[in-house]
Amino acid sequence: MLAFNFFGATEGGLFDINATLPLMAIQVVALTYILNSLFFKPVGNVVEKREKFVSNNIIEAKNKLSEVKKLEANLLNQLQSARTEAQRIVSEAENESDKLYKEALELANNEANASKEKARLEIESQTSAARDQLSKQADDLSELIVNRLILEK
Amino acid sequence: MLTNFAALEVGQHLYWQIGNIRLHGQVFLTSWILLGALLVFISLGTKKMENDPKGLQNLLEFLWDYIRDLARTQIGEKVYRDWMPFIGTLFLFVFVSNWGGALIPWRLIKLPSGELGAPTADINTTIALALLVSLSYFYAGLSNKGWRYFEYYVHPTPIMLPFKILEDFTKPLSLSFRLFGNILADELVVGVLVFLVPLILPIPVMFLGLFTSAIQALIFATLAAYYIGEAVEEHH
Repeated sequence: MLAFNFFGATEGGLFDINATLPLMAIQVVALTYILNSLFFKPVGNVVEKREKFVSNNIIEAKNKLSEVKKLEANLLNQLQSARTEAQRIVSEAENESDKLYKEALELANNEANASKEKARLEIESQTSAARDQLSKQADDLSELIVNRLILEK
Repeated sequence: MLTNFAALEVGQHLYWQIGNIRLHGQVFLTSWILLGALLVFISLGTKKMENDPKGLQNLLEFLWDYIRDLARTQIGEKVYRDWMPFIGTLFLFVFVSNWGGALIPWRLIKLPSGELGAPTADINTTIALALLVSLSYFYAGLSNKGWRYFEYYVHPTPIMLPFKILEDFTKPLSLSFRLFGNILADELVVGVLVFLVPLILPIPVMFLGLFTSAIQALIFATLAAYYIGEAVEEHH
């Protein structure tokens, strides 16, 4: 049957405090030492070793990543400067060739003008010479005609 | 027969007489069985430790991590390492005792007097645990801060002094009676229900009892860690 025997018992009862208390305390302290050497220390060693391993790896990877980023930036820089250098060289060469072209064009123009002028002068002198000759011949011819006419008469 | 099976015996103990001291034998019997099982379990799990945890080792590492988090959040980064084994032992002891008391059908084992049950349903066990916690936080405070530990009693104002002194008595009292009351009440409720309605109805209450048991273990360990953390905390 239900036997509620709370406080009134001569022996026992719920709040019967005796030597169980200190012995239990000693048992728990002993258990603490046993669990420390059997559980907390070995498991802690393994877990902390692994955590250290993982964090070391992460740090190493981060270092490598930053190095890669640095190298990448360096390369980009070099690329940029090479590109501007190339641009400069190209534009310089373009200017040069432009100048050369203009010079050559001017030279050729001048030469052409000069020879044209020369040709014109020559043509002119030959024309005037021819005209002179022609007028002389015309004179001669007219004289001849006149003479013949006079002789006929 | 049935009534005998479901009978409740409250406040009866199996007395062991050694010289002129008397012990509650049933408390020691159950605690030895449960702690033995715990130690076997832990030895099996830590027998072959690998960097790549498998099976039991995984479970034990999870447990270790749980206890470390508990100790670290309550005690603080600086000294939690020193107190982690103690907090962890309290947690494991209370948890194993509570669950062992609730899960194993001790009633099947007949004792000449009293009955087997959760060791934490005996006031001696809970007072022992609570007094250990009190000693621990005094020791933690004194060993970490020396006499400056007593600044805690007049912090933030000296008006707090009587209350802080009173707290040193209420802490172990509340710790021990909370655990004792919860576990005993759970056993009694289940016992009474089994006595009244032996089928089905007690099962939800038993599950509730398992939940309470786990929560009580967590509360006990957390409060112990909190008291230690309070004692080693530096005031500025």
